[in-house]
Amino acid sequence: MKKFATLLIAGMTLFGGAALAEEGATPAKGINYSFEGPFGTFDRAQLQRGYKVYKEVCSNCHSMKLLSFRNLADKGGPSFTVEQVKALAASFTIHDGPDTKGDMFDRPGLASDVFPSPYANPEAAAAANGAVPPDLTLITKAREGWHGTFNQLWNGIGGPQYVYSLLTGYAEPSAELEKEKPEGKYYNPYFQAGSWISMPPPLADGLVTFDDGAPNNVEDMAKDVTAFLAWTAEPKMEERKQTGFEVLIYLAVLAGLLYFVKKKTWANVSH
Amino acid sequence: MSGPNKYQPTSAFGKWFHERLPIVGFAKDHMLDFPTPKNLNYWYTFGGILAVMLVVQIITGIVLVMHYTPQTDLAFNSVEHIMRDVNYGWLLRYMHMNGASMFFIAVYIHMFRGMYYGSYKAPREVLWMLGVIIYLVMMATAFMGYVLPWGQMSFWGAKVITNLFSAIPFVGDSVTTWLWGGYSVDNPTLNRFFSLHYLLPFVLAALVALHIWALHVPGNTNPTGINIKGPQDTVPFHPYYTMKDAFAIVVFFMFYALFVFYGPNYMGDAVNYVPANPLVTPAHIKPEWYYLPFYAILRSVPDKLLGVIAMFSSILILLALPWLDTSKVRSGNYRPIFKGFFVVFAIVCVALGFIGSKPPEGSYVIWGRILTAYYFIHFLVILPLLGLLETPNPLPASIADDVLAKKKPMMLAPAE
Amino acid sequence: MSTADHAHTDVNRRDFLFIATGAVAAVGGALVAWPFINQMNPDAAVLALASIDVDLAPIAEGQAVTFKWRGNPLIVRHRTKPEIEAAKAVKMEELKDNVARNANAKSGDLATDENRVVGGKAEYLVMLGVCTHLGCVPDGANPSREFAVVEGATKTGGWFCPCHGSQYDTAGRIRKGPAPENLAVPQYAYLSDTKIRVG
Repeated sequence: MKKFATLLIAGMTLFGGAALAEEGATPAKGINYSFEGPFGTFDRAQLQRGYKVYKEVCSNCHSMKLLSFRNLADKGGPSFTVEQVKALAASFTIHDGPDTKGDMFDRPGLASDVFPSPYANPEAAAAANGAVPPDLTLITKAREGWHGTFNQLWNGIGGPQYVYSLLTGYAEPSAELEKEKPEGKYYNPYFQAGSWISMPPPLADGLVTFDDGAPNNVEDMAKDVTAFLAWTAEPKMEERKQTGFEVLIYLAVLAGLLYFVKKKTWANVSH
Repeated sequence: MSGPNKYQPTSAFGKWFHERLPIVGFAKDHMLDFPTPKNLNYWYTFGGILAVMLVVQIITGIVLVMHYTPQTDLAFNSVEHIMRDVNYGWLLRYMHMNGASMFFIAVYIHMFRGMYYGSYKAPREVLWMLGVIIYLVMMATAFMGYVLPWGQMSFWGAKVITNLFSAIPFVGDSVTTWLWGGYSVDNPTLNRFFSLHYLLPFVLAALVALHIWALHVPGNTNPTGINIKGPQDTVPFHPYYTMKDAFAIVVFFMFYALFVFYGPNYMGDAVNYVPANPLVTPAHIKPEWYYLPFYAILRSVPDKLLGVIAMFSSILILLALPWLDTSKVRSGNYRPIFKGFFVVFAIVCVALGFIGSKPPEGSYVIWGRILTAYYFIHFLVILPLLGLLETPNPLPASIADDVLAKKKPMMLAPAE
Repeated sequence: MSTADHAHTDVNRRDFLFIATGAVAAVGGALVAWPFINQMNPDAAVLALASIDVDLAPIAEGQAVTFKWRGNPLIVRHRTKPEIEAAKAVKMEELKDNVARNANAKSGDLATDENRVVGGKAEYLVMLGVCTHLGCVPDGANPSREFAVVEGATKTGGWFCPCHGSQYDTAGRIRKGPAPENLAVPQYAYLSDTKIRVG
């Protein structure tokens, strides 16, 4: 039976190895983030910068429907203060209503509001952009930067890296490819649905100025905003890893104790 | 099986209650005193692990339902509401989601253990068949649960799997329409899947009770495969196996916790974080990992109806296993040739799973067909013939003898 | 398991091991129960304390408007002069509950009419329409109903709970019936002369 287990593992490794080299599209750039690994945490300043990039650039076309302003002050997130969040929420206009007369009205945002969407409905979004810009809240959990059973086990699915690669991956198509260029599309070899993307290159060097004076090249902004999007997709990540560490320590202690209990129990039985 | 009513209540109330409902005595007979072979190894702890996992799934499921909304416009967001706003919602949801995978890991080990040690052989055929039915109900439950978050893979998985029934001659289309409650997978489908996903775990619990009942009639098998000859072969279930199972369960929980806390979405599919869109099919549709071998079998047959038949047969054939294996010897430990075929079969199952995860193109198709054929040959040709042709190794006289013989020569045996 | 052939110290060590393991397992069980209990508490979205702005200008004297605030009815009444006078005339010792029950007042404040409103604006009474008995909505809309508890020349006004007959006076204070407390005044503030933010 032990031999069987060894063989099974060997077999799985073999197939897993084969799986590494699978799938089309260019694999995402393997950049590193502070939040990777079992003890990784978000870089607060980076999340705040990423928020700024999101607000000034992405939010013009992309919604963020699952995030509320109040989340920006949550533990394990960008750690804006409650006052900052109130001010920042108030800078958005929320379409609300009906009031007592039955009319809709606009008001400044409150911390409890969710981020307003740039378009009233998907049809309007598609009409304005040629395709529906996907909601960004979960984007880094919904996209894979690379494939392979074991590759993903060790390195994650590469969601933030995918978005990063997409943002920084616009290129001039070769003359041959240029001929197949569909109307209104841009060449981006990292795009999962086949190299031609409707989104024009969203970032340009120096487009967003950071309050902390951090560098604002395309790569820097892309990294900041994808870190922010990794947080919006998994806002409880820090709590999860922290809890997990405690749970594993506890289980290890209990397993150790139970091992000796079991051993003592069986001590006078030959088996 | 221990004789009934050995339990003697000590208190007056205990006596009064026992005469009216002997549940304490019943529990004592079956959960504490039950004579169990003394040589069970750790592969036998997965039954206990499965019972615990069923409880974990039911409890986490019940609390998730307190926050989930089974409505196509709201389902996806309500799951995210659980992940973001509900107190410890992320933990409960990840426990439930990964718990399903852990459940299947444990059930597959449990099944392969049974196949290796011949646990399906007389007089345990009904026990084994109940197990196969439990496995089928588990698959149905997990499938319907996967639909509930209403992501892209939820929707398209539901659509593809329910479409299997359209292969039924003459009435196929009517049956799928009936399953959907409409012309496609939609709100009525989500609602009925939710209802059944809540119901089936309790059906599972009842089936598990029957499974344990059927186990306690002949008692456990053991790695030697020979019957219990007397008290020297057994120990009471408690504390010997309660403690051993408890240790195994905690170790299994560590494995489980690694996924819940450090790779919660590894077992899932990224596409399921995109809300369901009935107008766009994702590029690579594939079911959760635990269905992949059967999915590969389905795709290996080029005909729609025959593919569906092959897929269902690959599971239902397990019901006939007690009669397909003609060997008089129960345990694979004493069957030198069977051992080899068993390992090959296990690798074929894993390989089928791998094929199932790949797009049906190129060499994957050929390999899928070869492996599918082998899967059925294993049951229909190899096992029946092997029992007749193979010369088994000599069996020990009793469990106690075997234990003593093993003690002497080596200290290398697994820590037991 | 017989322990007869074991040394005494061994038995002690074994018992200690069993007790320690049981204790660790019990603590773990208790800890793991907490997420399952706590998940039923109000979630972060509920706790985000939604507030509403109410424009008082359109509410005419003698009129009451009900808003929905955090799932409960919020009564805003523009009181008439006789109603205010009637409320002011009540002596504290006549009250069943002489605590202000006003989230904006200090904890020891008495239930004077001044303490039932905010900013000395006696004409606007803002309170939750939740009877302090068992939670029904007290009815203040019937102008012709006479209240035994309303002082002064006009014996109408105040609130009557249809469920079990509790009667509140024109300042929303409990005067008769099974309810134990005055109607609660939530936290609110004047944004301008005719606009308040509740919550």
